[in-house]
Amino acid sequence: MAKVLMKGNEAIGEAAMRAGLDAFFGYPITPQSELPEYLSREMPARGKVFVQAESEVAAINMIYGAAGAGARVMTSSSSPGIALKQEGITYIAGSELPCVICSVGRSGPGLGGIQPGQADYYQATKGGGNGDYHLLVYAPANIQEMCDMIMEAFDKADYYRNPVMILADGMIGQMMEPVEFKELKKEREVPAWATTGTEGKRAPNIINSLYLNPEDLEEHNIHLTKKYDEMKEKEEQWEEYNLENAEVICIAYGTTSRIVKNAIETLKDEGINVGLIRPKTLWPFPEKAFKEYPKTAKAILVVEMSTGQMITDVRAFNEGRLPVYFYGRSGGMIPTPEAVVAELRKIIEGGK
Amino acid sequence: MAKKVDHRFVMAGFGGQGIMSMGMMLTYAGMIENKNVSWLPSYGPEMRGGTANCNVIISDKAVGSPLITTNATCAVVMNQPSLAKFESSVEEGGILLINSSLVENKAERDDIDVYYVPCNEIAVELGNPRVANMIMLGAVLQLTEAVTEDSLPEAFKAVFGAGKEHLLPINKEAIKKGAEFIAKQA
Repeated sequence: MAKVLMKGNEAIGEAAMRAGLDAFFGYPITPQSELPEYLSREMPARGKVFVQAESEVAAINMIYGAAGAGARVMTSSSSPGIALKQEGITYIAGSELPCVICSVGRSGPGLGGIQPGQADYYQATKGGGNGDYHLLVYAPANIQEMCDMIMEAFDKADYYRNPVMILADGMIGQMMEPVEFKELKKEREVPAWATTGTEGKRAPNIINSLYLNPEDLEEHNIHLTKKYDEMKEKEEQWEEYNLENAEVICIAYGTTSRIVKNAIETLKDEGINVGLIRPKTLWPFPEKAFKEYPKTAKAILVVEMSTGQMITDVRAFNEGRLPVYFYGRSGGMIPTPEAVVAELRKIIEGGK
Repeated sequence: MAKKVDHRFVMAGFGGQGIMSMGMMLTYAGMIENKNVSWLPSYGPEMRGGTANCNVIISDKAVGSPLITTNATCAVVMNQPSLAKFESSVEEGGILLINSSLVENKAERDDIDVYYVPCNEIAVELGNPRVANMIMLGAVLQLTEAVTEDSLPEAFKAVFGAGKEHLLPINKEAIKKGAEFIAKQA
């Protein structure tokens, strides 16, 4: 298929439909409203289900129900809307159901603002809901990658029977870039555990997150933990950019990584080598990328559109080996490549 | 070796002036010509009838930040408030195009090339005031050669849809008029 120029939000919708999306339940919120708008038009036209729920809470519980019935489902929202969904998300994780949740981040806290933000890193990776659960979290940096990740997300959600989140931000949701859609490799079958009706032929399938017996619940937690360990082992993804001979290693994800790449190119023209480790999965955080640094590296600079959240994980996996600096903008302000260059200069020249 | 392509456009005006679609046309044409492209709109309250602007990148290189703040190679201002807001976005030696039909003020900077194009007047002369944006696009292409004329019809169809195809001739004409206006000044 040829490339088309598409808005990030609409591309999410198209990619999800190509991945065999059966039903979408959502509630509009800037900066992701073009996604439900697109699906409200396209899903019924292709014989699929689109429901604009009465609220985010309703939408995520519709996801819970439809996922339990074996449908391939997705919801989407932005920061405060994702906050509202947290109860449903932990129920879905606890009940081991697959679904994809798109979070197109804006700035916070509270209602915050509608401009892009990355201050939902904790919300996405540390669990906004209760209990020992994790989401598999992807952080795309461009629209093509976002579409590819969505296709992958549905399969991973099925494989792990766990919610998968795509964490984007308002900039990637609103911008347009060329994208080429891939087709689903094979049709998805309705899973055997789904509550599709016994027809008197089998024992009922039960979807539940309630375990009143502590022994049983601990066993359930151990079982979930094994899945999360498998994710850590198999699902870490990251990009390394200009890392060889880098004096400083930048860590940035999503939109911010693109800004950092501009800064890296500027310094490269002056003969200064700066590298980038870009986490493509935020959970599991790409721990393996931090095993060994290039010998030239003297420091780490974490760049985020927040006052500093991912830096917690960077510090944990850096284990004190290199000094870790931070540069961030928040409230919907976007870091400029010039400002990142200035921060890098301070570290390199000033021995900051 | 082919000429290096690295264009960064800022386009701004009122909502309804066709700023976003002008930017999309340029972006689509760039994509058709196998360049790396991005289009980033403002999406605040300005979408509801106030000012509108978009950033367009057309490049040989992978697009880094889609946001252009200080290093636009070319800025297009279609109304008065946009001049005040975006004159400073142009890099030294860059191009600033001003719709002189609606912008009374002159640019203050002398380290950039400034062109005044009476887009609305030319569009009215052509018989359709709504193609003022395409007059400007013609001027932009004459100065920057960011994309070729050949890819514009396909870009037009992609942006405006099959239902608007009957408007292609007048839009092509408008692009030509804009280009001619600049060519005459050179």
